[in-house]
Parts: sequence; C-alpha cells; structure tokens
Amino acid sequence: MSRSYLPHWIHWLGSPPNFYRFAGALRPWLMAIALISAVVGLYGGLVLAPPDYQQGDAYRIIFIHVPSAWMSLFIYATMAVAGLVALVWRVKLAEVIAMECAPIGAAFTLVTLVTGSLWGKPMWGTWWTWDARLTSELVLLFLYLGVIGLYNAFEDHRRGARAASLLALVGIVNLPIVHYSVQWWNTLHQGTTVNFLDPARSSIAPSMLWPLLVMALATHLYFFASLLGRARTSLLSLESGKQWVRALVGGQPASTTGAPT
Amino acid sequence: MASTAQSILGGASVVTATERAGTFAACRALLRRDFVLAWRRRGELFLPLLYAVIVAALFPFALGPEPELLARIAGGVLLVIVVLAMLPALESMFRADLEDGTLEQWLLAPQPLALLALTRVIAHWLTTVLPLIVVMPLLGALLNLPVKVLPVLIVALLLATPLLALLGSVLSALAAGARRSGILLALMLLPLAVPVVIFAAGAVAAAQSGMPFIAPLMWLSAALVLAIVLAPLACAAALRIAVES
Repeated sequence: MSRSYLPHWIHWLGSPPNFYRFAGALRPWLMAIALISAVVGLYGGLVLAPPDYQQGDAYRIIFIHVPSAWMSLFIYATMAVAGLVALVWRVKLAEVIAMECAPIGAAFTLVTLVTGSLWGKPMWGTWWTWDARLTSELVLLFLYLGVIGLYNAFEDHRRGARAASLLALVGIVNLPIVHYSVQWWNTLHQGTTVNFLDPARSSIAPSMLWPLLVMALATHLYFFASLLGRARTSLLSLESGKQWVRALVGGQPASTTGAPT
Repeated sequence: MASTAQSILGGASVVTATERAGTFAACRALLRRDFVLAWRRRGELFLPLLYAVIVAALFPFALGPEPELLARIAGGVLLVIVVLAMLPALESMFRADLEDGTLEQWLLAPQPLALLALTRVIAHWLTTVLPLIVVMPLLGALLNLPVKVLPVLIVALLLATPLLALLGSVLSALAAGARRSGILLALMLLPLAVPVVIFAAGAVAAAQSGMPFIAPLMWLSAALVLAIVLAPLACAAALRIAVES
C-alpha cells in the first residue's frame, strides 16, 4: 500500500519547506546561466549574424520575438500540466506552480505581440493584421489574463487556483480551435493575410540559427528561475501561518516546536 | 455489512431504475422551478431585449444611416449584440443557488450533477436567450438586414447561442465563487466566443454574398453536439470547486 509509483524525491520536493530551500538553491544558478546565454545569444544575433538579404537588419528582432513566442506556448503547456496535477492530486505546490506560470507567460505573450508589431510596421507596413498566428497569440494573452483574473478574484487562494487551473485546461482545448477557425476565417475573407513565416524557416543560415537557439535556452532558463522565485514568494505568503515560515523569518516559534523537515 | 452487500447485489437493478426515474423527475422539477422563478421576475427578462434594441439603435447614429452600409454590417453587428446581451445573465446563472445553498443540495443529490447543470443551461437559454432570437426580425429591420439573410442569421443564432450558453455555464460556475466577476466573465468568454462568432458570422456573410453557407453551420452544429456532451461535465467540475471551501 505504501509502495508508490512515484520516486521518493518527488514526494520530498512536494513539501513546501523542502521546495522553498531547493528552489532558493537552484534559482541563482539558473538566472546566472540564463543571463550569460542571453548575452552570448544577443551578441551572436545582433553583431555576429549577417544581415538578411531581404530584410536587412530589421529581421534581428526575431532573436527576441521567436523565443518569446515559443515561451508563450511552452509556459501555457507547463501551466496546464501543473493545473491538471493540481486538480487531480490536489498538490498544493502544483497549484502554486500553475498560478505563478500565468504572469510570466502573459509577459512573454505581450513581448511577442509588441515585438511582432514593431517588426510588422517596417516589413508589412502595418502594426497589426488579423493573421491566424497573430490572432491566436492575442487570444492566448486573453487566456492568460483570464487565468490571472480568476485566481485573484477568490478570497481563498486554493479554490482560486483550482478554478483557474480548470480554466487553463479549457483554454488548452480551445487554443487549437481558435487557431484553425481564424485560419478558415482568413481564407474565407481572402484578406490581408501576410504569411510572415514565408522566408522558409528551415533554410535559416547556421549563423542566424545558433543565436536563436541560445536565446531559446536563455528564455527557458529565465522562465524557470523566475518561476522558482515567484513560487517561493507565493509559498511564503500562502504558508505564512506555518511553523517553517515563522522559523525562517526569525520570529520566535509558537509554543510547540514541531520541527519542520 | 451484510445488509449493504445484500442491497448492492439484490437491489442493483431496482436502484438504477428508480434513480433513472428520479433523474428525469429532478430535471423536470428543476426546469419548472426555473421557469416559475423567471416568470415571477418577468420584468428582468426584458432587460437583455432592451439592451439589444438600444445598441442596435445606436449603430446607425454612429455610422450614418446609409442603407447599403447598414445592410453590409448588420449581420455581424447583430451577432455581437446577442453575445454581449447574453453576458449579464450568464454571470448570475449559478450565483443565487450558490448563495442560498441550493448548489450543495445539487452535489448531495443522487442525480448526476452534470445533468442538473445541463438542465439549468436549457432553462437559462429558453428564458434569457430565446427572446433575443425572437426579436431578431425587428432588430434586422432596424439595421436594414437583407430579408434573405434573416433565416440564415436566425439558424446561426439558434446553433451559436446554446453553444455560448454551454461554454458560458462552465465559466459562470468557475466565477460563481469569486468575489466580483462582471468584467472577468467577459474576459474569460472572449477566447471561447471567438470561434463561435467566426463561424456564425461566416455563415451570415456567405449567405449575404450568395455563397454556400452550409459548411459553417455544420461546424457550429458539430461544436454544439460536442459541447452538449462535454460542457456539462466541465461545468460540474467547476461547480464542485465553487461549492467546496
């Protein structure tokens, strides 16, 4: 009965005090590697990589834009998986992780939209077009905002986290539907579709590809570092009445000394 | 111990038969209760209609009264008006029942929660959304909607609004336990409403330009069938979160 199909360290890590210490130890390393690889990636992308033969130097925004777009989807998937774990197994830590994913994901989505808009102005002559990708990204931003808003609308954070996790799961079903319906809508209207992924992505020059991949690594590591930091802060406020938090902030422990492990 | 085993083994078929009858009886009672409540407050039923008429009347003032322009945008405008007019009622789909403890009885009842939620959605649609569709000819006339497009618009609305009500029931259940949910519900509904509006407006636009309009209506029907099966389950999960504390 006590035999678990999960390795022991997962249970160990699921305990808030353990996670707090583990995340605190891991976070500086992740942040440092993220910063170093961001500097390397940006130097490679903005200085070393040659100008594009069609777009000149304007294409260099992809070193921010594309990793951000990848992150906006990756973080949503992370949030949905954590939300599923939170709903099924009611793991408090999974609730915290899912909810702390949302603001970071919203930020990356906003960065994607803003950089895409800045790129669109010189390339297509317009800030915004109702292309399937752009519209899906905008809807993704609204999904993130809905999750954040729902979580914060509850007095009880655990209930809010579960409700918002369910919303995140509804959203992950909805996202492909939105993408394909917008595509259908655009072809129906025969409109201003600008296929901005046209310069075949697979034939990207190696000198442009490696900075892009390094930037992707940097954004992933930054996300994890930021997530760990946010989760630590959230755990502290959620568990503020608990013994281990009292001990941590240096307050005198309450009457009984239940040593947290 | 023995008695429970006996009842499980011996009474299995009897229990399912009575429970099935009980489920229909419960749904019927719930429908009747919702209709009585709606009828007692029938003044409130006119508020969405009034809202729709006001918004439809404002558009010509904002855009100018040219009949051609109004005819071109009428279908899309009416769709958006219906979606917006549905929002305030959606918010209160479960709120009163949560506050007076009825939802706890739903959870305790032997009838499946998803089926009760579906019944509520049906009652909600019949009392708050159907009147909007009934006045569509009037609103269409206000905005100079071509008469040949009107039937397509009404069919599209008959498919799209139950779909939106089902999706909205999930969100309404999620937001029921929250402190404030006015604009929040709109924010959560927008991503879900995008495909619905696209296909409904697509059918209307196709009919208006004389193209085949069956395909988008088929997509809406497929989505509606899927939502009838899946949305009540999600709604039940959301109601459980709203009730537990």
